Amino acid sequence: MTETELLTWVRGPGFQIATIIFVLGILLRLAEILMLGRKPNLAEAKGSAMSSGLRTIFTRTIPDASTFRRSAFTITAGYIFHLGLFVVIFLYAPHILVFKDALNISWPALPSTVIDATTVITIIALIALLVHRLKDPVKRYLSNFDDYLVWFVTILPLVTGYIAFHRVGLPAPSLIAIHILSVELLMIVFPFTKLMHTFTLILARWYNGAISGYRGVQS
Amino acid sequence: MSASFEKGYNALKEQVDAADASFFSSCVHCGMCAEACLFFTETGAPERTPINKTEPLRRVWKQEYTLLGRIGKIFGLGKKVTDEMLQQWETLVYDSCTLCGRCSMVCPVGNDIAGMIRKTREGMAAAGHAPAGLIGATKRAVTIGSPMGVKLPALQAQIAHVEKDTGMTIPVDVKGADYMLLLSSMEIMNFPEFIEAVAKIFKHASVSWTISSEAFEATNSGIQIGVSDIAAELVQRVVDAAAKLKVKNVISPECGHAYMAIRWDGPNLIGKAYDFKVVHILELLDDLRQQGRLKVSRRLSQRLTYHDPCQISRRGGVIDEPRNLINMFADNFTEMPDTGKMNWCCGAGGGVSSNERADEIRLQVFQRKKDQLDAIHVDGMISACSNCRIHLEDGLEEYHMDMPVLSLTETLAQNLEDH
Repeated sequence: MTETELLTWVRGPGFQIATIIFVLGILLRLAEILMLGRKPNLAEAKGSAMSSGLRTIFTRTIPDASTFRRSAFTITAGYIFHLGLFVVIFLYAPHILVFKDALNISWPALPSTVIDATTVITIIALIALLVHRLKDPVKRYLSNFDDYLVWFVTILPLVTGYIAFHRVGLPAPSLIAIHILSVELLMIVFPFTKLMHTFTLILARWYNGAISGYRGVQS
Repeated sequence: MSASFEKGYNALKEQVDAADASFFSSCVHCGMCAEACLFFTETGAPERTPINKTEPLRRVWKQEYTLLGRIGKIFGLGKKVTDEMLQQWETLVYDSCTLCGRCSMVCPVGNDIAGMIRKTREGMAAAGHAPAGLIGATKRAVTIGSPMGVKLPALQAQIAHVEKDTGMTIPVDVKGADYMLLLSSMEIMNFPEFIEAVAKIFKHASVSWTISSEAFEATNSGIQIGVSDIAAELVQRVVDAAAKLKVKNVISPECGHAYMAIRWDGPNLIGKAYDFKVVHILELLDDLRQQGRLKVSRRLSQRLTYHDPCQISRRGGVIDEPRNLINMFADNFTEMPDTGKMNWCCGAGGGVSSNERADEIRLQVFQRKKDQLDAIHVDGMISACSNCRIHLEDGLEEYHMDMPVLSLTETLAQNLEDH
């Protein structure tokens, strides 16, 4: 397989396979969750479950001051890498082209120098969080294979993308092929790991807010 | 209560619903819940991280309700729940958790961790891994009618005392009364002043009320230990008494988990909505205040604070009412840092106070309350849960802090105009 053939495969069939696993996997996981259902609450409500649930989906994004003080590092580094991932994935011109090809929608991009800097910051935040995970007694105690696997498949596309952008080592088509492969790995792993929180946290926050709101507490 | 591992496993399996599945799917092991839990912050033990206490339930969810988990189970992979594991988790689930729910308010992905620990207890109890103290309390609740073994004659004796001291009549088994008052055993035995206070306020505001001789116990050990059918039986006793006396409302007294049990869990336990309303005593008092039926004759100038009982505030929704009431008679009311729905637990709720094995740790974690109090320098602390109150008094003594712990209802009664 020449490097052009490799690139053609990862862009074509490889990407299709990864997309199918990604989409069907997510749908399966969501179905698994929702099919479990939930018993109706027979106690008389004091507040609205629905509006509180919807509100909590958004409000839980911001921690209260005392919680922030107690978990400042986790929250700050967590914010940086989540925002960084968003910027790098969705606001880089070549990525927007991928979305345009696949979904026929597009939006303005950020300059590639900004993306480049954001990539570095995101990588640093992820490395810092890994070190924290290994050192902090609570995080180390809670962590399992899933946590380290997810860290690896998340940082890998950032690193391969950074290398491809700066054309280090190999010819460009190979570097891009490796980058796309690393994204495909992320997509395949996604539905079966904690990466699912991207979608399930909407459900989780809704349930949390609904449980509290029903009793008249804003969560 | 015949227990076996199989029963425990099945109980856990029955508990899992779509909310729990969303919660477990969302956890990213960030560890922030640890910092919300006084059993972690005051001991530094990572195994006491709230989400870790739900591990038995999580493993059952994974193995029974996810594709990967089920495939893993066929090949003998994945972490299994075993009897030894449940035994290991017993002290985490019962001694190191008061179901206070602070973790559920802090979790960035929105997991109701406390709710899941409550569900985990169902499996633990069914598997025979509940603390002896709670098993004893639950047995007494079923056979005698009270977790502390308080029988009707004991209540009658306290009522007779109050009637003799005050000249008021305490209505018992009055059919058609508007309100039926429940009491916690602790109020009957340790704080009979509560009965006197309620009688005085209700006389002052002309509230028609009664106590039932057949169902006066408000607490529900079945909830604390995690045995739903017993919890349902205890709720049913109240429902039957309310029907017999044809009351429109049932009052939950100054007790946190009693309110959770009768107000929020009760109808779901018996599988039927009530024919009556349940109000917390503070909700009723605040209602009377709004209607202008409470007249205060004197105000207190001491610096006072309010300790929110978890099941009444954060888990129960009665947050503004106590503050409205305190402001009726207190000139110098001060909030603790982290108050209302974010208040820190006293350390003895959720069955911890009935579990002698947890005596040491509940006093150790009281350090959190001490830090909160040290920040505001108050002359006294008001609360609305007799279980909190006993433990707050214990904790203050242990840490050589000198301040009274007052019942909100009793303090209000003392400051009302005499008719």
